Amino acid sequence: MKMNNQEWKKLNNDVRPGIKLRGKWHGKTYLIQKKLGAGAIGVVYLCEYNGKQAALKISDKRSSMTVEVNVLKSLGKVQGNRLGPYLLDVDDWISPQGSRYSFYVMEYLKGEPLITYIQRRGEAWIGVFMLQLLDALQELHQNGWVFGDLKVENLLVVSSPPKVRWVDVGGTTQIGRAIKEYTEFYDRGYWGLGSRKAEPSYDLFAFAMVFLQIYYPNKFVKEASPQKQLFRKIDGVKALSPYRAILKKAIISNYDTSEQMKKELLQVIYKLQRKNIQSTPGPVHQTHPPSVFVNIGGISILVIIYYVISLLFQ
Amino acid sequence: MRKGTLKQILLITDGCSNQGEDPVAVASLAHQQGITINVIGILDDDHSEQDESLKEVEDIALSGGGVSQLVYKQALSQTVQSVTKQAMTQTMQGFVNRELEQILGKGQSLEDLEPEKRGEIMEVVEDMGETCDLEVLVLVDTSASMYDKLPTVKEALMDLSISLNARIGRNRFAIYRFPGKRKQIEKILDWSPALDTISSIFPKLTSGGVTPTGPAIREAMYLFSKKSLRRSFKYEDEQPGMEEA
Repeated sequence: MKMNNQEWKKLNNDVRPGIKLRGKWHGKTYLIQKKLGAGAIGVVYLCEYNGKQAALKISDKRSSMTVEVNVLKSLGKVQGNRLGPYLLDVDDWISPQGSRYSFYVMEYLKGEPLITYIQRRGEAWIGVFMLQLLDALQELHQNGWVFGDLKVENLLVVSSPPKVRWVDVGGTTQIGRAIKEYTEFYDRGYWGLGSRKAEPSYDLFAFAMVFLQIYYPNKFVKEASPQKQLFRKIDGVKALSPYRAILKKAIISNYDTSEQMKKELLQVIYKLQRKNIQSTPGPVHQTHPPSVFVNIGGISILVIIYYVISLLFQ
Repeated sequence: MRKGTLKQILLITDGCSNQGEDPVAVASLAHQQGITINVIGILDDDHSEQDESLKEVEDIALSGGGVSQLVYKQALSQTVQSVTKQAMTQTMQGFVNRELEQILGKGQSLEDLEPEKRGEIMEVVEDMGETCDLEVLVLVDTSASMYDKLPTVKEALMDLSISLNARIGRNRFAIYRFPGKRKQIEKILDWSPALDTISSIFPKLTSGGVTPTGPAIREAMYLFSKKSLRRSFKYEDEQPGMEEA
């Protein structure tokens, strides 16, 4: 449930940079530093506790907050979880005016939005992040969860080594249930291409839409035959051409698991690399302008290198 | 254990009632009989959320124990499903809070518990919301000013059915319009498990200038107490797999 204007006003009035927030139950005090962003049900602030920075989400939608905390806790139990932020504290706060809020504190992820990262560093990174995301999704799915609200805004790239992380787990749903929270553009139900049941293929549809969104920053609305429309949009992006077939299969929920999709993605990358090796030697090449395949071949080598590096640092 | 069935009336309107009894009073009556009333007020593009003419929307939902939201028609689909789900959670929490009061004493609610315990109880509430059966009677205002909003309402209702049918629990939907031609309300769709077939039967035309919201809610309330509905659920219980067939 989204907050209305009045509720936003009250929250922004009660919680401001500079104030100290003391938890009712655990008694820890957090110094609010600046606003990082706002979600559907609350605001996230950068705060300081014991000289360390952390992210603090606060809202008066207290039951929705409790549900989010439950998800963060369950994800925290996943071994070697590198998917979402770590949960540090959960508490209530009563403002000097007597309003009651719930808040939780999590690890502060300092990163760059996926979309600007790819725009800045080039499309060589697409394959890298696709593989990383599929890995993360696979881990999540194997533990019985579906991310739900997968979208560009929820993806951050943290540096050294560059790794994609997700920030808002509000939509994360147990497999087999109804998706808790979604955004129309990324929702296969909206496009008439599937149900809103939490299953791995739901995330894989959103995955394909994430990479479309990067090249259609203004989004687009549904037309009469959505499947054709989305296929056309995929075909319209040159940078996505090696991944066309895979993305289309994700759009029509053709993959049951992210593992299947990852396998095919790795095959595509491998094939591109072979083409590259075959087409580079010999004087023939010099007489032609570098073909698209050569470029893509170069890209795929980069992809594999970065992917291996990111695996090493996990 | 057989899980209970939640009953909701979803009222979709764009203005104030102007005929018949006070809808706020009727809503409170319905709430006492275990029916939750949710109200969605559709704003015209030149309206603001502070508009007085839609103040009634909030009041009806408050006394009907439900959720209300004012929304521009572009955001109707997402609002319809989130209002419905929010109201389900709210009803469940109401049950839980009454139980807690019995155990912990007057005035104690879920939110007075420490965060860890609250988390455990919310898990139960979520479980109940996912698995309970749900009956939604949709009441669409088809007075003259709704004319250009009806196609969006239809889309939003089909979308609602996609969302709710992703749950484990079963659903029943019925759609009525008001004012009817001769009666206060007029049936568009009888109780059925999904709304994906409403495209052809959903009204394209409005049905008059008056908005008898109060009488419409009263009629809708009576429709819930009809025995035929209970029988339809029982019939399915005896023959599991009916819907898959």
